[in-house]
Amino acid sequence: MAVTDPERQAPSLVTGEKHHGRTMHLTLRVWRQAGPDSEGRFADYDVPGISEDMSFLEMLDVVNERLASDGEEPITFDHDCREGICGTCSLMINGRAHGPERGTATCQLHMRKFGDGDTIVVEPWRAEGFPIIRDLMVDRSTLDRIVEAGGFITVSPGSAPDANLVPVPKVVADASMDAAACIQCGACVAACPNSAANLFTAAKVAHLNLLPQGEPQRYQRVESMVDTMEQFFGSCTNHGECEEACPKEISIDFIATMNKDYLRAKIKNRRYLSRNP
Amino acid sequence: MATTLNRAPAEPVTRQRRNAPFPVELYRSAVGKKYVMALTGIALMGFVLAHMVGNLKMFLGPAAFNEYGEFLRELLVPILPHHVVLWIMRIGLIVAFALHIHAAYALTRMNHAARRTKYQSRRDYVAANYASRTMRWSGVIVGLFLIWHLFDLSWTGTGAAFYRGDPYTNVANSLSRIPVAIFYVVANIALGFHLFHGSWSLFQSMGWNNPRFNRWRRDFAIGFAALVVVGNVAFPIAVLAGVVSAD
Ligand code: SF4
Ligand code: FES
Repeated sequence: MAVTDPERQAPSLVTGEKHHGRTMHLTLRVWRQAGPDSEGRFADYDVPGISEDMSFLEMLDVVNERLASDGEEPITFDHDCREGICGTCSLMINGRAHGPERGTATCQLHMRKFGDGDTIVVEPWRAEGFPIIRDLMVDRSTLDRIVEAGGFITVSPGSAPDANLVPVPKVVADASMDAAACIQCGACVAACPNSAANLFTAAKVAHLNLLPQGEPQRYQRVESMVDTMEQFFGSCTNHGECEEACPKEISIDFIATMNKDYLRAKIKNRRYLSRNP
Repeated sequence: MATTLNRAPAEPVTRQRRNAPFPVELYRSAVGKKYVMALTGIALMGFVLAHMVGNLKMFLGPAAFNEYGEFLRELLVPILPHHVVLWIMRIGLIVAFALHIHAAYALTRMNHAARRTKYQSRRDYVAANYASRTMRWSGVIVGLFLIWHLFDLSWTGTGAAFYRGDPYTNVANSLSRIPVAIFYVVANIALGFHLFHGSWSLFQSMGWNNPRFNRWRRDFAIGFAALVVVGNVAFPIAVLAGVVSAD
């Protein structure tokens, strides 16, 4: 744990000095729950000696090392890339999904965003669509159900097509990329007072529906993805809380676009045609 | 950690049903219900605005106000018989209210089912505001007020001297009671909160999203809610101030 010990850090190449970051003394109030059906409760931990340069997850690593060496069960939490691109980290930190910093996933959140002496409350995402596995870890595979319902394009996988064979206007490509930035973390659901997954679904719908490659399945896609979403999650009442929580700052404009496409899809009602020959 | 892997996957909180024709199919979905909420909301906004504007006639005196009441009954006469347009509007409003309330009820149920265990620590909301989080309560207050309001000034009166066909006197008599005037003001503030969120939210639900007008949507909602509230609250104040009085 080099980061915990300023003495063991490499000196700056410019000044030759070691960077002595501020260290913090925190109280951590963490949700502990042994399994999906167990009773959970908050447990308080006294956490001295945290460098402000640590990420939130590194801070949890330190806490876990200490718990393990004390013979206690470490805190279970989700993480993978730790660089804000995989969407595995989660955590409700002080009542906000991914914590206080806008456009930042938990793994990219630094301890310097908190003050020395703070009490930090950490809870898992809560939604029926995200059952708790253990402690802070939840099962977000319901989001995969939504993607499976239409988050793909059907093409014949021959040899790779020539680049730029299908022209896409720059603005369209940009808008599609904005939607495609979604890392499927579920913060939108966690932050939503209704546990709605509309921002996630709208992003997944839009990044394909905007492009010519997605056009042929545009209406089937939006219909089956929304219908699948509604089996697991709540409904959007336009609070806009998702947009604030989203680490990729995906805009709720996409939700309006999805609503428009969904209405058109229902008018076309291709599902109805296919089942009633 | 075998125990943790033997968990059941998330159960659907809403079941899918058989296929149906377009309007039914649309209304079954939450997105469709939001369209219905938005459309009926627009109709009710139109009503609430017209109601406020029409009632401003109060300031022109009893003759003008009562004549306006009569005019509503005679709308489009003699093209159509007496009261027909009025009844069409009434039925339209009743249908709009019924759908608006049913959709709200169904969506509220759905949203509660989607998070049975609440967050155990305090939430720190950034965008969700007081108005958006209390829609169902402001809606209920407005709904209950509406029933009372109909008894008060359309059907039977609520204790103050009530004369059928003389709305001006009825308004003055009823609102000169201070608790009643306060109730009108409170209900209208609830209405204002409801309109403040609703008249912004409808743009999203309807899919009316365009960079050309997006930044006006919030301003429109503030302006519309303020206009209706200020207009409506002026009536009880005018009565209490003696500007509008029975004699
Ligand atoms: S829309 Fe944003 S908050 Fe929701 S899953 Fe995607 S990246 Fe996460
Ligand atoms: S751990 Fe991959 S996004 Fe946070």
